Amino acid sequence: MKFLRNQLDSVKHYFEKGGKWEKYYFAYEAFDTFLFVPNTTTETKGVQIRDAIDLKRLMMTVVIAMLPCLIFGMWNVGHQHFLALQQVATVGQKFWFGILKTVPIIIVSYGVGLTIEFIFATIRRHPVNEGFLVTGMLIPLVMPASIPLWQVAIATAFAVVIGKEAFGGTGMNVVNIALTARAFLYFAYPSQISGEVWTYLGDGAKTVAGYSGATPLALAAQSTGNVVSDFNSFGAGWADGIYNFWNMFMGVMPGCIGETSTLMCLIGGAILIITGVGSWKIIVSVFAGAFGMGLFLNAVGATPFTQMPAYYHLVVGGLAFGAVFMATDPVTASQTETGKWIYGILIGIFTVLIRVFNPAYPEGIMLAILLMNVFAPLIDYFVIQANKKRRLQRATV
Amino acid sequence: MSTEAAVVEEVKEKKAEPLFSKKNKKLISNPLDIDNPVTVQILGVCSALAVTTQMKPAFVMSLGLTIVTACSNVAISALRNTIPSRIRIIVQLAIVSLWVILVDQILKAYVYDVSKQLSVFVGLIITNCIVMGRLEAFAMGNKPWPAFLDGMGNGLGYGMILMILAFIRELFGAGSLFGFKVFASLGLPYQGNGLLLLPAGACILLGSIIWIQRSLNGYRESH
Repeated sequence: MKFLRNQLDSVKHYFEKGGKWEKYYFAYEAFDTFLFVPNTTTETKGVQIRDAIDLKRLMMTVVIAMLPCLIFGMWNVGHQHFLALQQVATVGQKFWFGILKTVPIIIVSYGVGLTIEFIFATIRRHPVNEGFLVTGMLIPLVMPASIPLWQVAIATAFAVVIGKEAFGGTGMNVVNIALTARAFLYFAYPSQISGEVWTYLGDGAKTVAGYSGATPLALAAQSTGNVVSDFNSFGAGWADGIYNFWNMFMGVMPGCIGETSTLMCLIGGAILIITGVGSWKIIVSVFAGAFGMGLFLNAVGATPFTQMPAYYHLVVGGLAFGAVFMATDPVTASQTETGKWIYGILIGIFTVLIRVFNPAYPEGIMLAILLMNVFAPLIDYFVIQANKKRRLQRATV
Repeated sequence: MSTEAAVVEEVKEKKAEPLFSKKNKKLISNPLDIDNPVTVQILGVCSALAVTTQMKPAFVMSLGLTIVTACSNVAISALRNTIPSRIRIIVQLAIVSLWVILVDQILKAYVYDVSKQLSVFVGLIITNCIVMGRLEAFAMGNKPWPAFLDGMGNGLGYGMILMILAFIRELFGAGSLFGFKVFASLGLPYQGNGLLLLPAGACILLGSIIWIQRSLNGYRESH
């Protein structure tokens, strides 16, 4: 540690005012404060006692909350691979396989995103913000393990430049950045991020007899009889009961790296709620909206998909991951407390609507959150107007 | 859509001004950069997003619009002192539609496949904001020759943006240029970017062009 401090101090004068690398000061400062506590203190005038939570700590809390999903996801990537090829592997081998597939995606996502952040911070002369710490981890978690790395790089660059920097940087974005990256890939290179791409098979690998990479949502959309019995009979012979309810809740099934397990998402959600970083109202209302819409469709619907029991909607696809980590993004969600309920419930409703009625999009959570991101300021506006109206009526002039 | 273009810009002419005086040259060059109809006035965006998936229709569209704008500008400018101001819009429409029908018929006769691709967008030149804007803003207050130059300039400014959009969209979206498979003929594997072929991709691309242009020339919207 002492060595690092000395190294940083020895080059510090180059970056200070008048130094030869003056314009890269903020890049230097970002490294410095990433490694060490800043040595600045509050001024003698004005506020002197401040809350210890700052952007950096907030972001690190979210990253910690994502770790259960990530670690489970790494194991699951390996597990699904060996399951599809019907090879026997130990937990360690599955983990190692998952790490080999997952870590490159994380490195590319962070590398590309942080490079762009540093470039913009240098051009615009502002400190490097920590916002990308979370985004850079979210992007790999919503990608399939089989995604080509160059696509991750392009999507990350697109999301950071168009989704964030064009609007003014961290905290100014209108839509969720990680979902922008995913939506970009979804529309630009659909063949690598939709269909049966969720299990990494490897080139020319021979899958087990009867293997199918269909996801529960695709299965439900194609179902002609009873969706639940289709789920339960799926995988017979090579992965018995892979899509029964509890297995889907645990998340031992194909899907994006971090999103399969509802349980791990709930653990992450608990961390966010306990630390006060994420809004429990949004998380609860997304689940409530999806469940309510599911119940409504059960009552009025006629197709097999609408007859799928409502609680299944909560465990299939990425609903839990989206509700916990994407919808709660404090920048793009509604700011008012009433608004958060409306925002969350509408996300849930739209997710189920898109899933059930739009054959082009098997999963709806990504598009539902992006749509409600755009509407969040409008919801806030009406909530505030309603509040003003109520208080004006009460006022006696 | 900006309505500031409707403010009549007057060019006061001196006697025996050379055909390509400094002022007249500006009429051509301004719309290419600091007064571009698409990226600065934000006019004609609808067709700019719709016809630019390929270079060929985009090229024909730019050509058609340039001809229509220039010719209508001349016609209206020649008639400007006799058009009663109450009915000027309908007169302008009648004259523009004449040129549009001419262009449409020529396209149908000689490049039928492109005409099919452009479909309604040739007909919609009649109500294109650039054409109407130039007639109201310039042709109604200036002599035919400057009006012609202004029409050419704006047509070219529109065409330039269309060609840039179409170049990027066709090259990176479909891997070809004017239908010629560029990457395939070079032996490079290339996977087309589907987003660029969607109108939403074109909108983002146009926004990026505006961003780059404004950071280069320092243009700021006045409030």
